[in-house]
Amino acid sequence: MIRLPSRRALLLGATAAADTAMLGGCDRLGEADWFRRTLKTGEDANLFVQRLLLTERSLAPEYAEADISPWFKPNGTEDPPDEDYKALSKGKFAKYHLEVDGLVEVPFKLSLAELRNLPARTQITRHDCVEGWSAIGKWAGVPLADILTRARLKPQARYVVFHCADTMDQGNPLEGGGDGEDAEEAVPVDNANPAMTKQSGTAETKRNVGGQQASGETVAKGSDPVRYYESIDLVDAFHPQTILAYELNGKALPVSNGAPLRLRVERNLGYKQAKYVMRIELVESLAGIGEGKGGYWEDQGYAWYAGI
Amino acid sequence: MPRTYLTRTAPDVGEIEHRRWMFRHPLVIRIAHWVNALCLLVLLMSGLQIFNAHPALYWGNVSTFDTPLMAMSSTEDDPPKGVTTVYGNTFDTSGWLGSSTGPNGEPADRGFPAWATLPSDQDLTGGRSWHFFFAWAFVLNGLAYLLYGLVSGQLRFRMIPSLDQVRHFGASVWEHLTLRFPQGDEAKRYNVIQKLTYLVVLFVLLPVQVLAGLAMSPAMDAAFPFLLTLFDGRQSARTVHFVVAALLVAFVIVHVALVLLSGFWNNMRGMVTGWFVIERKVEPAASPETRGGAA
Repeated sequence: MIRLPSRRALLLGATAAADTAMLGGCDRLGEADWFRRTLKTGEDANLFVQRLLLTERSLAPEYAEADISPWFKPNGTEDPPDEDYKALSKGKFAKYHLEVDGLVEVPFKLSLAELRNLPARTQITRHDCVEGWSAIGKWAGVPLADILTRARLKPQARYVVFHCADTMDQGNPLEGGGDGEDAEEAVPVDNANPAMTKQSGTAETKRNVGGQQASGETVAKGSDPVRYYESIDLVDAFHPQTILAYELNGKALPVSNGAPLRLRVERNLGYKQAKYVMRIELVESLAGIGEGKGGYWEDQGYAWYAGI
Repeated sequence: MPRTYLTRTAPDVGEIEHRRWMFRHPLVIRIAHWVNALCLLVLLMSGLQIFNAHPALYWGNVSTFDTPLMAMSSTEDDPPKGVTTVYGNTFDTSGWLGSSTGPNGEPADRGFPAWATLPSDQDLTGGRSWHFFFAWAFVLNGLAYLLYGLVSGQLRFRMIPSLDQVRHFGASVWEHLTLRFPQGDEAKRYNVIQKLTYLVVLFVLLPVQVLAGLAMSPAMDAAFPFLLTLFDGRQSARTVHFVVAALLVAFVIVHVALVLLSGFWNNMRGMVTGWFVIERKVEPAASPETRGGAA
């Protein structure tokens, strides 16, 4: 018993030192490529197992009117800084068109009025942010399956990509052609999770955005402003609860929640629910889009599969 | 009569009078123990990282942002104060919760401090990667342990209190409180409080923790809606996940404290090599001299 205190002091000191060493070591490990890939197998396993457990008929729980959250917390972009978008918004989206193209037999455009005339689905569902909070809202919109059926997918089509109106990162034309590492460094680190609002809309923003008519044709990788985008596979795309919503809680979708059209892909976390959807592109591979990980946040390291 | 089939006699016959070597922990259990220890530590620290992305807890399906059960935040002061609110009661937790010194030495607005989270910087996606990988390791390790424990009889031997133990429950509590640890044959098996604690941890806390974690997954909620019923909603599941994590921390603290107090090196040797020393029961009358001279 007499030897115990010294032993305890020794252990406590060792514990504190071990914590510092461990944290430093773990942080370094977490930055090593091979270790990051190893850790990611956990998220690969999530996708594999959840796809085994869920059928096309597994529906996300739907709630009653009384469960609707009084305030549906807006997230990510709340007011896109882009001039084109601002003009659309000013005209109450009368000039808005949803484009559907890529690996489809029949590419087409639909105005908001035309979308509203299509058969709609209304669902009261829970929105789960990757950050941890939840809110319940009533969404009305067009089932994505109907849109895809109308466009007639080519056999090679495997993913549905949603191109959005909101610019997330301003490109820097002076520092073009950065490699992957540099691109990661350029991301604002104080904003490392999708739950937080992106602050953009500086004078420089407007200048860049004003001159981005040609942004479709890539000028130099790493120098273009990066707009939000997301992707889902056909399993989620044809799920009955996957809709392109134009209404929240019985009213036109507010700008802060993604007006005029946002994706609801229930059974997934919030960052999959792309807002300000302008164009739907069917692709065979995600490699050529953004940094190739299938979404804006995915390019920052988030898992492509967002079921957990 | 305690079961002694696990006891083997060590070659050192000279010591047998006082100490008996017992092969206490089979290899599978030793590996499972250390894998489990690593998993729980990583899960705790990466879990706090994830929690820090939205350091508030609620009850029910949704977040009632204005009336959280518990929330951590920082004030506008310079330097900022850390504030923790629990059931509407506000506490100054500067330096610990809400606001603490970040890895760069500057005050940072964060729920739990950098030294408690993995990665140490604010990094939700990093935390999630660690958490999911080690969650799988934890579950697979736990299943292997359970399977081995059931087949080998170790689980029953270790965890189910015998009738005589139940009868002496009160005495056992008293022994624990006064830190008098069993010797002789009694030390060969876990005492009744140990057994009940391990039972609760293994068959209540850990399964509830896994289920509460799964209930936070929107896809799992679609596959198994009863998860939401079980926890009264997704936000309640998140709160339960947090509280059970705290209970597991409490368990580990007591566990480590008792390991230290009941013979650190013997316990460590036991869990590393399997070999554990049973001290011969010392009668109250026996003096240290007689013990020493009996060799």
